This record gives sequence, C-alpha cells and structure tokens, in this order.
Amino acid sequence: MTDTRWDVAPGDLPAIPASERKASSGLLVYTTGLLLAVILTVTSFWVANTTVIWAPGVPAGLAVLAIAQMGVHLVFFLHITTGPDSTNNVLALAFGVLIVFLVLVGSLVIMANLNENMAHGEMMNVQMQR
Amino acid sequence: MNIAVELDDISQSELLNVSEAGPAPKRIVAGFGFWIFLLSDIVMFSALFATYAVLAKATAGGPTGAQLFDLRNVAIETAILLLSSYSCGLMSLAVDSRHHLGTAIAAAVTFLLGAAFLMLELREFQGMIALGAAPQRSAFLSAFFTLVGCHGLHVAIGLGWLVLMMVQLSIRGYQPVVVRRLHCFSLFWHALDIIWVLIFTIVYLMGVLP
Repeated sequence: MTDTRWDVAPGDLPAIPASERKASSGLLVYTTGLLLAVILTVTSFWVANTTVIWAPGVPAGLAVLAIAQMGVHLVFFLHITTGPDSTNNVLALAFGVLIVFLVLVGSLVIMANLNENMAHGEMMNVQMQR
Repeated sequence: MNIAVELDDISQSELLNVSEAGPAPKRIVAGFGFWIFLLSDIVMFSALFATYAVLAKATAGGPTGAQLFDLRNVAIETAILLLSSYSCGLMSLAVDSRHHLGTAIAAAVTFLLGAAFLMLELREFQGMIALGAAPQRSAFLSAFFTLVGCHGLHVAIGLGWLVLMMVQLSIRGYQPVVVRRLHCFSLFWHALDIIWVLIFTIVYLMGVLP
C-alpha cells in the first residue's frame, strides 16, 4: 500500500507524516501533472492551427483534449482519487458534472431549437446575425 | 460454511469500526466544504459558458473572435497560469513539510505569475476596447467580457487571498487552521486553472476556427 500515499482527499494531510515521507513523492505527482498538462495544451494549440486534421473534426478533437486536461488537473493537482476519504468529493463532483451538463446542453439545445423555429423571422434570431 | 461465517464477522466488525470512528477530522470536512463551494462556482461558470456559446455568433456586424483574438498572447497566458498552478502545488508541499523558505518562495512565484497573467489579460481587454470592441458593441462581446472577466476577477481575488494567507502565516505560524486555509487556497487556484482550460479551448481556440 506504499504506492497509495497520495490517496487523500483534497485539502487533507497526506496519510504518511511529512517527516517519514520522501520529499520527492509529492513533487513527482505535481511534475507528472505539469508535463501531461503541457503536452495536452501544446496539442490543443497545434490542433487548432494545423491543416493536417480534417477541419470539421477539429472542435471535437479540442473538446476531447480539454476534457482530458481537466481530468489531469483533477487527479494530479486537486488529488481527486478513489481513496476512502475522497468518496464524498467524488460524489459531489459527479453531481456537479451532472448540473453543468444539464445547464450547457439544455441551453444549447433550447436556443438552437428556438433559432430554427424563428429562421424566417428577422428579429430575435441571435445566432443568425452575422 | 465456516468461511462464510468468518467473512460475515469481518465485515460486521469493520462496519462497527466505521461507526465508532465518529465524525471525520476537521481537515477532511473543511476540504469537502470548500470543494462544494468550488463546484458551485463551476456551475456558475457553466451558465456563463452556455451564454457565451449561444451568443458566440451574434456579432451584430461588429468584430468577430477570429479578428480579435491573438493566439500567441493566449498561449503565453496559458503557460503562465499553468506554471502558477504548479508552483502553488509546490507551495502546498512546502507547507506540508513546514519548510519556511520553500513556502515563501513558492508563494512569491505563484503571486508574480498570477499577477503577470492578470496584467496580460487586462492589456488584451484594453487593446480590444481601443479597437472599438467594447462589451456594449455586440452580444458576443458582452458574453466574452463577462465570461473571461469573471475568471480574471477570480484570479484577482485569489491574489488578494494569497497575500492575506502569507500575512497570517507570518503572524500565526503553521497553526492547523492556517494550514487548512492554505490548502483551500491551493484548491481554489487549481480550480481556476481548470476553468481557464475550458476558456482557452471554447473561447479562443474554437473562436478562431474558420
């Protein structure tokens, strides 16, 4: 179980006292996170500027990279883990993701539908004003 | 049969231990409470993101994102904020091991990088407003300034909080309550970086796509 020394909730103290812990273990976690985040960020900027990728697929690629980077930040920086002390945090996170999903998708679907039904009107059609 | 009974006993005794352990330690409760606040903040940002996504094309004949956004500036801002998040992580490591000098240096680096990010963002806003792309120009620009400005406001509040925590740390030392607050601050700072990931992807990178 020595590998799970970072299995603690956000804001929680490490399970092993600082005096008995190797100074490098926490540093390794943060540095791994930084490297992964840098790789994902650079890839995002590359994907947005390149012509190698099929253009209609670029937004989906960017979305995947962003979600991956959010996962990296959650695990390596915020220390959201599957540890017992973190159960409540994970449940709260799941609920938060549900609400965010409802707000985003609900707004976009409703407004897109509204625009479609008003496609012949000249006013109120915010998405068609160019 | 015996094995089954034994397994049953084990699980029962474990349950008993859990219920006898009492409430969770304060540091876990505080972390959980702050995590709830962060999630509610993220829900608020999701409303701003939804607004922006709906209004992104409503430029009312004014300048579009592709004309206004400077991706090099955004890349620099992203790098600065990411490094600031990293140094904030190093600060919480230094706090855990009660390393005074390390804490001070990491906090100073975090503050300077955060301030540099804020300065770049304000300069970008200034440049846009000078070009006539002020918030009142179009619905797209109103949504843009609200979303990105709200993130900038959070960064500014975080900088003030960091200064406050350094003052508290110098006066009260590593008391449990101060250490808890420092950990809450690092959670806040990392969460701001998560929101920035969404901003640079949805607003800037997707905004300049043809």
